[in-house]
Amino acid sequence: MSSIAALAAAALVAGCGGSGSTGSSGADGNTLTLWTHNAGNAAEYGVVKQVVKDFNASQSKYKVKIQAFPQGSYNDSVVAAASARKLPCLLDVDGPNVPNWAWGGYLAPLDLSKGQVAVKDQLPSTVGTYQGKTYASGFYDVALTMYSRKSVLKKYGIRVPTLDKPWTKTEFGDALARLKSGGKFKNPLDLGTGDPGEWWPYAYSPMLQSFGGDLIDRSTYKSAKGALNGDKAVEWGEWFRSLVTKGYAPQKSSKSPGDDFRNGKTAIQWDGSWSAQANIDKFGSDLAILPPVDFGDGPKIGGASWQWAMSSSCSNKAGAQAYLNFSRQTKYFVDFAKATGTIPATSVAAQQVKGYETGGQFNIFLKEAQKFAVVRPVTPAYPYISTVFSKTAMDILAGADVKGALDQAVSQIDNNLSTSNYSSGS
Amino acid sequence: MSTRPAVDAPPARRAPQGRARRRESLTALGMVSPAVFLLLLFFVIPVVLAFALAFTNARLVSPVPAQFTGLQNFRTLLDDPLFYKSLRNTFYFAAVVVPLQGGLALVLALLVNAKVKGVNFFRTVYFIPVVTSMVVVSILWTFMYQKTGLVNELISHLSLGLVHGPDWLNNPSTSMPAIILMSVWQGVGFHMIIWLAGLQTIPQDLYEAADIDGATRWVRFRYVTWPGLRTTRTFVLITITIAAFSLFAQVSVMTQGGPLDSTTTVVYQAVQTGYAQQQTGYASAISLVFFVLVLAVSLVQRFLTREKG
Repeated sequence: MSSIAALAAAALVAGCGGSGSTGSSGADGNTLTLWTHNAGNAAEYGVVKQVVKDFNASQSKYKVKIQAFPQGSYNDSVVAAASARKLPCLLDVDGPNVPNWAWGGYLAPLDLSKGQVAVKDQLPSTVGTYQGKTYASGFYDVALTMYSRKSVLKKYGIRVPTLDKPWTKTEFGDALARLKSGGKFKNPLDLGTGDPGEWWPYAYSPMLQSFGGDLIDRSTYKSAKGALNGDKAVEWGEWFRSLVTKGYAPQKSSKSPGDDFRNGKTAIQWDGSWSAQANIDKFGSDLAILPPVDFGDGPKIGGASWQWAMSSSCSNKAGAQAYLNFSRQTKYFVDFAKATGTIPATSVAAQQVKGYETGGQFNIFLKEAQKFAVVRPVTPAYPYISTVFSKTAMDILAGADVKGALDQAVSQIDNNLSTSNYSSGS
Repeated sequence: MSTRPAVDAPPARRAPQGRARRRESLTALGMVSPAVFLLLLFFVIPVVLAFALAFTNARLVSPVPAQFTGLQNFRTLLDDPLFYKSLRNTFYFAAVVVPLQGGLALVLALLVNAKVKGVNFFRTVYFIPVVTSMVVVSILWTFMYQKTGLVNELISHLSLGLVHGPDWLNNPSTSMPAIILMSVWQGVGFHMIIWLAGLQTIPQDLYEAADIDGATRWVRFRYVTWPGLRTTRTFVLITITIAAFSLFAQVSVMTQGGPLDSTTTVVYQAVQTGYAQQQTGYASAISLVFFVLVLAVSLVQRFLTREKG
């Protein structure tokens, strides 16, 4: 019996050690591994598989193998794999994380000059740069926007804003006051505050920027002082809180704010381009897609979505480059945008995606992305700044002293910046 | 199998018996080794690493290797207002949950210990939340605690529409009590079973003797049941305390520490700091301080509940 137990123990040890393979990383000869966050997202995953299939068929030298992860655990998997030096050759990365991963040595700079689509033709927010080098490139972007119904705005005598003449802060306040006093809607405005995580900086820091504040002082990337706790930022915080105190918006939205809008509980919803199709299906031509409010410094929306990159530990960089350049064909830009309901990254592709062509009903998103998009600060500190901003915004919405909360956020961010020796800048 | 020769061998012959002993301990070693291996890999090594990392500036993502920074992390910790809030919330949670959950579990155990029909049904009902995942329970209760959720509808109906409940999880003064209530409901079944096991070890003749002496129910409880539950009590006390101190899943799912830090806890802060904010060294320091605190509390409890005499 002792021998059986010893054998079992030995097998266990061997089993645990078995996963460690040979030294080369991310590729086995000319077979490259590709990681994507799309395991739970059949539409986008389908296009990834198609691109890989086409690439494998187009030549006989390299072969790409896909491994898909659920989005919720994707970043953790990449960080864990990087610590264990087991990153795949090819991987996708959420735009704001590019500087952090490039700084951490996960990603290798790319040479994208050989693809069919030129980098300069892409929306700037779909190219991930850090320290003057390109580390990632995406096929699409998304845009923040407000949804309402034309019939509702007309009934309450509210002007329909346009890209050239968006609502001002005063006009927006008036509109909300009218909707509130009408008493017809549970939420005159729904900001979608029920969703924690990266949504907060993505959705609400553009408002802060439109007020004239920012997450960090972008002239140096060394401090958040003034940007995040100056007068403009405090003004933003007080306005943000007033939405709750005046009863315009719920402090915590329901789990599905999109359904609330489509079921008529919400008059105006702050959401993204990804909901456009569902809203059109429900309201048809009555749907009003509104540009963001100009709070003083122009309308702003967040930029950058998922992009593709190559790991620095890739043992077959030539193969990885070949794949990335192969994928840069207009037809794939079109396929990704169609499959995911997102904004194609080039104007040429946009002409081929229904709704995004010039004059199309979703063309406004492309224009928003071109005119208003601000990428989240290009610094390795971004993941830290993101958590601090989310927490601070939640506290402000819950009634924290605005100036005090912003001051504390600034001191935390500055402390992190000064102790971490980041090098920043695009 | 291997124990056979030891039993069968004649007592006069010492040598084979010694060999059998050795075989026996080898067997024991073989059998315990998978557990020891897993404990080493997933418990001992991480704990040792956390202790070491607490004195460095290690980061989750960084191009530069970790450097020894001495007590820097602990100095930062002492100036961190969030840490004190986390600590206060953790102790608040434990101070309420330990007596509440322990007491309620005992009451339930006494109720389901009665010899009446259908008692198994109640035992099952009280135990169901324990075998349900805490994440699932938390998501369900998040819906129930909404402003127009089940809890407030019940309050409104029971008070004939006079009382309207608050927005439980979005109000700094009700968020923690809401989490406490849910946690007690979820965990009480487990400790009920422990108490029940304790109750069933008390010899029945003691109760019979008490009955003959004409003892009331209360007197029976006070002088037979309560002293009979000595060791169970210690076990329940220490397990609830440690479980209460490690409050995390509910907070992570239901409130993310908010509103206004009213539900942040030490473990939640450590996880947030270590993963979302990538500060491995600082998170290790938080864990180390927390480890020392829990150890101290457990030792005090052990001392207070020790076998006297």
